[in-house]
Amino acid sequence: MFWQQVINGLTAGATYALVAAGYTLVFGVLEIINMAHAEIFMIGAFIGLLLVTGTGCPVWAAVAGAMAGAGLLGWALERLALRPLRKQGVSHLAPLISTIGVSIFLMSLAMKIFGPQSVRFPASVEPRFFNLFGTVNISLLQIVILGISLALVVALKVLLARTRLGKALRAVAENPEAAGLMGVNVNSVMAAAVVMASALGGAAGVLVGLQFNAVSPTMGIAYGLKGLAIIIVGGMGSVAGAVAGGLLLGAAEVLAIAYIGSSYRDAVAFIILIAVLLIKPSGIFGKLEGRKG
Amino acid sequence: MLELIDVESYYGNIRVLKGISLRVPAGAVVTLIGANGAGKTAALRAIAGAVKPRSGKILFEGRDITGLPLHAITRMGITMIPEGRAIFRRMSVEENLEMGAYSRRDREIARDIAMIMERFPILKERRAQPAGNLSGGEQQMLAIGRALMARPRLLLLDEPSMGLAPQAVAEVFHIIRELNKQGVSILLVEQNARQALKVSSFGYVMETGRIALSGESAKLERDSRVVAAYLGKRA
Ligand SMILES: Nc1ncnc2c1ncn2[C@@H]1O[C@H](COP(=O)(O)OP(=O)(O)OP(=O)(O)O)[C@@H](O)[C@H]1O
Ligand SMILES: [Mg+2]
Repeated sequence: MFWQQVINGLTAGATYALVAAGYTLVFGVLEIINMAHAEIFMIGAFIGLLLVTGTGCPVWAAVAGAMAGAGLLGWALERLALRPLRKQGVSHLAPLISTIGVSIFLMSLAMKIFGPQSVRFPASVEPRFFNLFGTVNISLLQIVILGISLALVVALKVLLARTRLGKALRAVAENPEAAGLMGVNVNSVMAAAVVMASALGGAAGVLVGLQFNAVSPTMGIAYGLKGLAIIIVGGMGSVAGAVAGGLLLGAAEVLAIAYIGSSYRDAVAFIILIAVLLIKPSGIFGKLEGRKG
Repeated sequence: MLELIDVESYYGNIRVLKGISLRVPAGAVVTLIGANGAGKTAALRAIAGAVKPRSGKILFEGRDITGLPLHAITRMGITMIPEGRAIFRRMSVEENLEMGAYSRRDREIARDIAMIMERFPILKERRAQPAGNLSGGEQQMLAIGRALMARPRLLLLDEPSMGLAPQAVAEVFHIIRELNKQGVSILLVEQNARQALKVSSFGYVMETGRIALSGESAKLERDSRVVAAYLGKRA
């Protein structure tokens, strides 16, 4: 029973971690909270759904397609809603408002195209179960969700640690002007951060859609709130914190359902998050040192 | 090599450069001194492209670079070491040096990193540590090393001796001379006017957004106004 819950918790946590990694990447590099992230996640889920129902492609291909589509959406968001405001040098509240605007637009658009009710994936991707150690079941779907999430998080970490773009992203996160002095095109790097974050969100959307076998225009709302809670708990701007916070939330929710009752799921999860913040206000991996200049 | 013609710039609504003109000849060390808030940093930031001038012209090696973005100016061969150094504290010492070479695409980057670590052995010793762990003097060495990784032809230095112990200050001025011998032109902003005038051949004195005075450094050192305002009694 316990190990079964661990697997369920990890699966839920893996998708939370992906969503939160997107928030934290954008926050770290642009110092803004992208309120449209949850709706990009939702659009990603619809792209994945359309790919699977329309072409019968395998899950990994649907995830890749959703990442490409969501990434493109992120690029448009940065060009249309973020960069013009940055040029004006307005306050940090302005992009908050402009991304809320984009979020409302995307949700209305999805309502108009797909209708308010949730849509299911075709039966061909229904879960198949494998039995581990007698009492513990893991579905093929759970393996896929865990595998894809893990691969994406590892890829993100390697990109940030090793590549030229990754170093530029970290440099801009610390000090955009100094990065510019090094010859980094700060606008392009910021756009890359939003594109990457959106692609991660789009992948998470497909995985969550598969997990609950439901895709709907409002599916982003709960994930958006949880993603934000996770980056606050994990430490704003920290990818490791997003992953740890995501897994913690997933585990807390599943254990709450199992041992306390499903109606307390969100309450217990958020109580744990608040407890972490009381103990360590800067978050699990939080750095108190902010950006200068 | 560098020429500013009547450059005006603003921070918000405040006119911080009220039309300044200055020149840095190729191969020279030129210094810019002045009281706190005179606009020295503003002048360097205008040259580097961190703020766009409202009017006037900035020419570098004959080309008009007025209003180009920061990264484009860096790629043309101008590098600034900003006030407070602005090293990447959370990145390792080695990554900071790699960032310095960001605008380069050649194959000699690893060789140059090795050379800089040879010149500043402390950077080699601490290569894998976060740069934020270095002492102030070590951070200044890193900032200089990082700037050199771009192979600049013109180096803009904003108060490199600020907050350093006397020994580190001496080292900084020694490095300035050494770099200049290697052919790097330097525009040096300093509070330490005495030393700045010693290493430079020409100097400008700024007051509230304007060039108040200029001349050969040796002459400025003896100018009664400069002595009274910036060099104190010991001069
Ligand atoms: N971020 C800012 N916003 C608005 N005004 C600023 C800003 N930074 C500096 N100033 C103002 O611009 C003017 C020029 O400042 P600048 O930093 O260029 O002076 P400075 O000569 O470099 O002084 P210091 O020797 O203290 O470094 C000053 O009046 C200063 O108060
Ligand atoms: Mg200054």
